[in-house]
Amino acid sequence: MRYLLLKFSTFGAVAAFAAGSAYANDALIKMSENPKDWVMPARTYDAQRYSPLKQINTANVGKLQAAWSFSTGVLRGHEGAPLVIGNVMYVHTPFPNNVFALDLDHDGKILWKYEPKQDPNVIPVMCCDTVNRGLSYGDGKIFLHQADTTLVALDAKTGQVVWSVKNGDPSKGQTGTSAPFVIKDKVLVGISGGEFGVQCHVSAYDMKDGKRVWRAFSEGPDNEILVDPEKTTDLGKPVGKDSSVRTWEGDQWKIGGGCTWGWMAYDPQLNLVYYGSGNPSTWNPSQRPGDNRWSMTIFARNPDTGMAKWVYQMTPHDEWDYDGINEMILTDQTIDGRARKLLTHFDRNGLGYTLDRDTGELLVAQKYDPAVNWTSGVDMNKNSANYGRPTVVAEYSTSKPDVNHTGICPAALGSKDEQPAAYSPDTQLFYVPTNHVCMDYEPFKVSYTAGQPYVGATLSMYPPKGESNMGNFIAWDGKTGKIVWSDPEQFSVWSGALATAGGVVFYGTLEGYLKAVDAKTGKELYKFKTPSGIIGNVMTYEHGGKQYIAVLSGVGGWAGIGLAAGLTDPHAGLGAVGGYAALSNYTSLGGQLTVFALPE
Amino acid sequence: MRLSLGAAAYALVAMVCWIAVAAADGSGDPTAVKQEDGKYFDKDGIPTYKIGAEGTVDWYTYSGFRRYHSDCHVCHGPDGMGSSYAPALKDSLATLNYGDFLGIVAGGRKNVNTAQENVMPAFGTNDNVMCYLDDIFVYLRARANDAVRRGRPEKHAEKPAAASAAEDTCFGTKH
Repeated sequence: MRYLLLKFSTFGAVAAFAAGSAYANDALIKMSENPKDWVMPARTYDAQRYSPLKQINTANVGKLQAAWSFSTGVLRGHEGAPLVIGNVMYVHTPFPNNVFALDLDHDGKILWKYEPKQDPNVIPVMCCDTVNRGLSYGDGKIFLHQADTTLVALDAKTGQVVWSVKNGDPSKGQTGTSAPFVIKDKVLVGISGGEFGVQCHVSAYDMKDGKRVWRAFSEGPDNEILVDPEKTTDLGKPVGKDSSVRTWEGDQWKIGGGCTWGWMAYDPQLNLVYYGSGNPSTWNPSQRPGDNRWSMTIFARNPDTGMAKWVYQMTPHDEWDYDGINEMILTDQTIDGRARKLLTHFDRNGLGYTLDRDTGELLVAQKYDPAVNWTSGVDMNKNSANYGRPTVVAEYSTSKPDVNHTGICPAALGSKDEQPAAYSPDTQLFYVPTNHVCMDYEPFKVSYTAGQPYVGATLSMYPPKGESNMGNFIAWDGKTGKIVWSDPEQFSVWSGALATAGGVVFYGTLEGYLKAVDAKTGKELYKFKTPSGIIGNVMTYEHGGKQYIAVLSGVGGWAGIGLAAGLTDPHAGLGAVGGYAALSNYTSLGGQLTVFALPE
Repeated sequence: MRLSLGAAAYALVAMVCWIAVAAADGSGDPTAVKQEDGKYFDKDGIPTYKIGAEGTVDWYTYSGFRRYHSDCHVCHGPDGMGSSYAPALKDSLATLNYGDFLGIVAGGRKNVNTAQENVMPAFGTNDNVMCYLDDIFVYLRARANDAVRRGRPEKHAEKPAAASAAEDTCFGTKH
């Protein structure tokens, strides 16, 4: 009896302590539980992009109509999505990164706008169009990560600048495209420049005054990358001393890349923030022998200190530009009879990973596009010396400079790029926007100049042999690593998906269609052609008792560069007629938010 | 087959017109008239392309394809075809001449106004571009004249020793 009492009170104390440190003052978690709002980039910290709203469902979504629209005034690639808090919608734009606060009570009247003055010389240092992935909110402030790497806090009511800090230096090829991420009293932000030889990092700033609290580099000495050689683990084993620098030759890590331009997720109970790092610099593998850690890596870090709890590198010694920055989706699912805390990640390299997000244990690594051929699979044998490493198929390795390596799938833009997937706890399926494109890749030697591109490879892209569709929208079972259904699309699916309790999944196409499909079967239930190709993320909110679906249109991003002119088959031989569909035959530049609802 | 005189004359005129239209881009007549160590020049001494038997391209056209796709592709799209925001250089070179091309690549370009914010970087300090500027020009010139199709040229001449020597000099090291 005495023993039981002791045990109970200990548990109670631990629970109270855990609740205190994780939830104290975290109004944001409470706000994210309100399904009417969309308070952070993926609505909730678990990045599931799932909404409990169900006014719109499989029976009535066919009647969806455009309810209102808003032109951003900018004509470049529109990534990300707006935020909605109460009656205010916050809309961001590509460079020059304007921010609008729209009054939903008055048909989107502009309450305030923020128009930063940035040096246009940052534009040419942005490798892949002048996109911006969106805003974050915390403590009455809207946070924007500008192209020139300024992180600015705006008063959410007035748009006035509360504080502003410079996170990087565009003259060294450093730029900003990612959405900031608010955790407790801090704002976290990554940085871009993997094609400019930048030693990239994630930084945390105090939400009240913008003072930098910590910075964790993706490669470099232990004190710069914020790992503990004994406590930070990689697939269960301590990473050891100099885990990063000993995988680079000389000082190459100082221009090493590993950029952090993607999405973040957070588990308040474990107190871990998750994100991935991008490609090592250069694209010419022979100029950077070694595994190039910790590029292409999933990080789990303590958001208060930045210290890494665990890491896992998905593509050691990258030879294809398969950035590891795609979103980390947190789910609680049962695998082999055990309830587990999971992290699911659809990597550029074509593998869908499922890990235990507490320990970093690797549970599943399977191809989510059958065309993927550079690897025969990941070694899942815990006792193997190569445990966790992908086996590279020699034919598709690009290790030889000045040799054109052909027929590699996926192409550098990956089986999926930054466009985020969604998860429905109702179906326990992931809804994934994918690319279905292969490439020829020829690396060659390049020299480094600060602020200039540091690439070193030529590539040409085309659909897999015998196929003509460049994308698929798929449903994926993360427990088994299997595709459940697959809807082909003419072009890569480059928008973020949205899953809803109404049993409907939404996504946008590069031609500009907003589409709604049945979450169980993938059957198309609705489509509408918006003014320009969609590379934004579909979101939903409720206002005045009505559910709305909103998405940004405005073609661009890497899709607008690589697919505008259409792809050709380099192996079709002389006399081949034409090539594959050109995106420029379907859409021009645009910049618009379209909002949909059911008819009155 | 008997052609009437009228038809034959028409055919002759059409052929001459075709030749006349094909033989001019922003830098003039691209026909190669001189060759130095595998590099070709037109009648004005401007670098140009040479397509040989079975579509074999000269080294500089091939090299230009690779260098274009390393540094220009990211904005200007594959094969000089343009992107959602940067012009198709295969069209630009129909009217842009060699001197202006060099100036724009070295110095960059700004088209910033209320309707657009298009900025091209200055590549003047970037050896990876400047050491291959003629190669890139020759490749785009070939594209502008439809002398090479989209995609990697299937056959190319061997890399001349002079090209390697020029690289070494330009990069200041053994390349």
